[in-house]
Amino acid sequence: MGAAGENYINCAKGLKSWLITLDHKRIAILYVISVLTFFFVGGIAALGIRLELFSPGPDVMNADTYNQFMTFHGAIMVFMVIIPGIPAIFGNFFLPIMIGAKDVAFPRLNLLSWYLLMFGAIVSISSLLFNGVDTGWTFYTPYSIKGSAGVINMTLGAFIMGMSSVLTGLNFIVTIHKLRCPGMTMKNIPLFVWALYSTAIIQVLATPVLGITLLLLVAERVMGIGIFDPALGGDPVLYQHFFWFYSHPAVYIMILPAMGVISELITTYSKKTIFGYTAIAYSSLAIAAVSFFVWGHHMFVSGQSEVAGIVFSFLTMLVGVPTAIKTFNWVATMYKGSVTLKSSMLFAMGFIFVFTIGGVTGIMLATAGMDVHFHDTYFVVAHFHYVMVGGTLFALMGAIYHWYPKMYGYMYNELLAKLSFVFIFIGFNVTFFPQFILGANGMPRRYFDYIPEYTELNRISTMGSWLIAIGFVIGLVTIIQGFIRKEKAPANPWGSKTLEWTIQSPPTHHNFESTPSVSGGPYEYR
Amino acid sequence: MSTVKTHKHAFHFDSADHEYESSKQGVWLFMVTEVLMFGALLMGYMIFKVTMPETARAGAEYLSWQFGAFNTVVLLFSSLTMALGIYYIRLDKRKAAQISLGLTLLCGLIFMCVKYIEYTSKISHGLLPGAMFTNANETVNLPLYFSFYYCLTGLHGLHVLIGMGLIAWIMIRIGKGHYGSNHWTGVEGVGIFWHLVDLVWIYLFPLLYLVE
Amino acid sequence: MLWSSFAQASTFMPPQATKVAESVDNLYIFLLVISLIASVLVIAAMIYFVFKYRRKTDNDKTAYITHNVTAEFLWSFIPLVLFMVCFAWGWKVYHEIRTAPEDSYEIYVRGYKWGWDFEYSNGLVSPAELYVPVGKPVKLLMTSSDVIHSFFIPSFRIKQDVVPGRYSSLWFEVEKPGVYQVFCTEYCGTSHSGMLAKVHAVSEEEFDAFLSGKALEALSPVELGAKLYKTRNCNTCHSIDGSKIIGPTFMNSFGMQREFTDGSTAVVDENYLRESILNAQKKIVKGYPPSMPPYQGVLSDEDVKALIAYIKSLKE
Repeated sequence: MGAAGENYINCAKGLKSWLITLDHKRIAILYVISVLTFFFVGGIAALGIRLELFSPGPDVMNADTYNQFMTFHGAIMVFMVIIPGIPAIFGNFFLPIMIGAKDVAFPRLNLLSWYLLMFGAIVSISSLLFNGVDTGWTFYTPYSIKGSAGVINMTLGAFIMGMSSVLTGLNFIVTIHKLRCPGMTMKNIPLFVWALYSTAIIQVLATPVLGITLLLLVAERVMGIGIFDPALGGDPVLYQHFFWFYSHPAVYIMILPAMGVISELITTYSKKTIFGYTAIAYSSLAIAAVSFFVWGHHMFVSGQSEVAGIVFSFLTMLVGVPTAIKTFNWVATMYKGSVTLKSSMLFAMGFIFVFTIGGVTGIMLATAGMDVHFHDTYFVVAHFHYVMVGGTLFALMGAIYHWYPKMYGYMYNELLAKLSFVFIFIGFNVTFFPQFILGANGMPRRYFDYIPEYTELNRISTMGSWLIAIGFVIGLVTIIQGFIRKEKAPANPWGSKTLEWTIQSPPTHHNFESTPSVSGGPYEYR
Repeated sequence: MSTVKTHKHAFHFDSADHEYESSKQGVWLFMVTEVLMFGALLMGYMIFKVTMPETARAGAEYLSWQFGAFNTVVLLFSSLTMALGIYYIRLDKRKAAQISLGLTLLCGLIFMCVKYIEYTSKISHGLLPGAMFTNANETVNLPLYFSFYYCLTGLHGLHVLIGMGLIAWIMIRIGKGHYGSNHWTGVEGVGIFWHLVDLVWIYLFPLLYLVE
Repeated sequence: MLWSSFAQASTFMPPQATKVAESVDNLYIFLLVISLIASVLVIAAMIYFVFKYRRKTDNDKTAYITHNVTAEFLWSFIPLVLFMVCFAWGWKVYHEIRTAPEDSYEIYVRGYKWGWDFEYSNGLVSPAELYVPVGKPVKLLMTSSDVIHSFFIPSFRIKQDVVPGRYSSLWFEVEKPGVYQVFCTEYCGTSHSGMLAKVHAVSEEEFDAFLSGKALEALSPVELGAKLYKTRNCNTCHSIDGSKIIGPTFMNSFGMQREFTDGSTAVVDENYLRESILNAQKKIVKGYPPSMPPYQGVLSDEDVKALIAYIKSLKE
């Protein structure tokens, strides 16, 4: 083993050592840098959108520019931030350590995934050179096959990033199946690993369908093969079926890892074993399984038959049950615990708060007769921001703070971190709660301009977006300040029980001095 | 027999066997993604076939089932030689393994040549997908049939080409002594891929060529 | 101002104008109440636990509770039952929305980038203004001539995608006379948010008068042009006050010298205007995006004449 003080960061030097690294921890750091950069770009687009909607009529940009902002915000946040976010950063870093492995099963494939993500991102963003894209991130036909040529780059880029996602998922499944240390049975793996496992299954099963759909879309746009083009006898609604067959499960690719993070945070900061380990683990699998049969709830008004609408409404209701179980179990975990309000715990509680609202509004949208009114209005926009931003991004922030000492070996300023929570939490609700009301009142989504009745609520929403921005800036400052302050982190600052806290901070290149062996569950707080 | 290099497994695996099992599982998972990709496209085609049966029948008349059947036999035979290749490498019979793989490669080549003949004759009659269709046949939506035909067979043909590339790479590595009775993961992985390519064709052939 | 929007928000929904809207709102209230109860329970329990079980010392001992079958059964089963109630009620309302009465009065609707045409059985075409009789079921048969649009009337709580190459339908029976807003809710490009229309629910007599074309008569060309300017959504891209929206303003435009992207120039006269209205892509004014759709076949000669007259009238 290496000299004292050696770790995965200082064991090799130079940019090249990072770009050709096969160490899962270093690859995770590559993802940190790229995902945060994409998040910054997508966030700027979001602020632009809100600024434009500050009042009716054109304020700071024209309709075409707005539509491109809207498309880039969606595509970047979905394909480059939320889908790779938690699995690629924290999954890569901690999945092997949590199950007592020295690396993921296929380290080369792992590095390739990162390069594919970067390549796909560059191809996507290069669409700006071809008049940009203004189709929205859903690329609905026939609009997308008649518009600017940029849509070709954008969809090819999404296809490549999809390959990256497939390979990451494949890698994780094999790692979990084959690389667990002695005693680490499937009943002893942390719930974050269970969540990643369910996520990986969806990534492997659903993403290829998106792949072929986007390839057909490119063929449609380049050669006019007509499968989705009504002018050539094709069926534009078939595209929607294909697209949502991937993209609804993809919603769970985005949220399941976040749920896994929350399970870790709640037990650690309540110092208590998780309530209902089995139920939480299997509910992840249940969500993954049902997610493949609910895509039609995006299409209640698309012209699909009434029977199809009802069946999809029913199946969608079923997803609600495992989701509810998780939420109740988290709250029950806090019962008779020893709760400390560290910044990560605040984000976990913030998650439960906004995710509950996102969840109940999800049930409203699953109710077929109700969705006809809400479909494609701001109600939907508010709903999915409550689950995606309020859910996934809150979990991501919580995870950043929780694992910061382990990943970088330093402590951060707790007060600053809490301040970032206050701004993000308040800003988030100020931004998106008014959008529920706007949607109920009928304001459609993807609107550059709106009738004057909607002005006040839009104005509140825009002001909220500034608070969120301040919150994230404070978060960034917290992270950077921690690097500058260089306060050394102990191996286990939070008193957590999972394996990653038994090794030094930051870990050595091979994670463990010798292969660990475990004899009990991951949350033995007694 | 001389220079079979002993394979050293990567540091994060317990043993060579552990590594072999893990790699094989990875390849199988990748096959699952392939099946889903082809599955989605086939599903699209099946919907088309159910909603426009007349068009599908009219389109299939332009396809020669003789060519299709010949190609099916070629691919089935290539699967046999592929399996033999894996069998021989596990016995350290590297020459025999290379000959078997060579035959597989040849079968792939024959398949692609037949495909080329089929494509050129269709293209010369203007039987092209979607907007590029110029044939005089005015069956409603006939161009759509050819969109599906080219997408399905094109994607499959691409897989055959990739498979051929992989086989060639494996043959070179066998020549360098990378594989033998103690390590044949790569050969088996490529073998699994090649069987999948074969399997997809077994679905494509009746669905495209034998429309009643 | 702020309070007025809150007052409006407290009803949460636009005014009800149909029986279906009433059914939807009843369902909505039910969903809202159970959602509220569920959220408050979860959030209150969480906040209560934070205070009750806050950490006192670093060596706190916590209870070791791994699971509780009864509790877990209850909080899986009760939500399931509630979800099934939502589902069944939603089904009932969905069925009501989707099932048009047999004797509905049929009107054809055509969506295009970016506007709506309503065609009546007697051949009358009314752009952007849908006149319907009160108290009579109306069924819209809708199609699109370019991309997918979606026809949404918030006050009726109904919506349906309008897909090129096929007909989709939507029905309603208005109970109260009035003017109701129509939105396009499927993203369709530059002026998606300007693709508006109005439903005028009028008495039987007024409706008959409208059908016989009386309502549209007696407009001078300039007046008709001004009306078309709004109903054909010229106003989403062209201002009449000199400001730049997406396309050039109409103010003082007649007689002006224009420079095009290919370097050529022309004076704005009747023929230039006619060509630009019917086929805008032929000459693109420098500094503006080529985003205007062609109106060939959409506007009649009469309409074009009226629009030109209107543009000529816009002088300071």
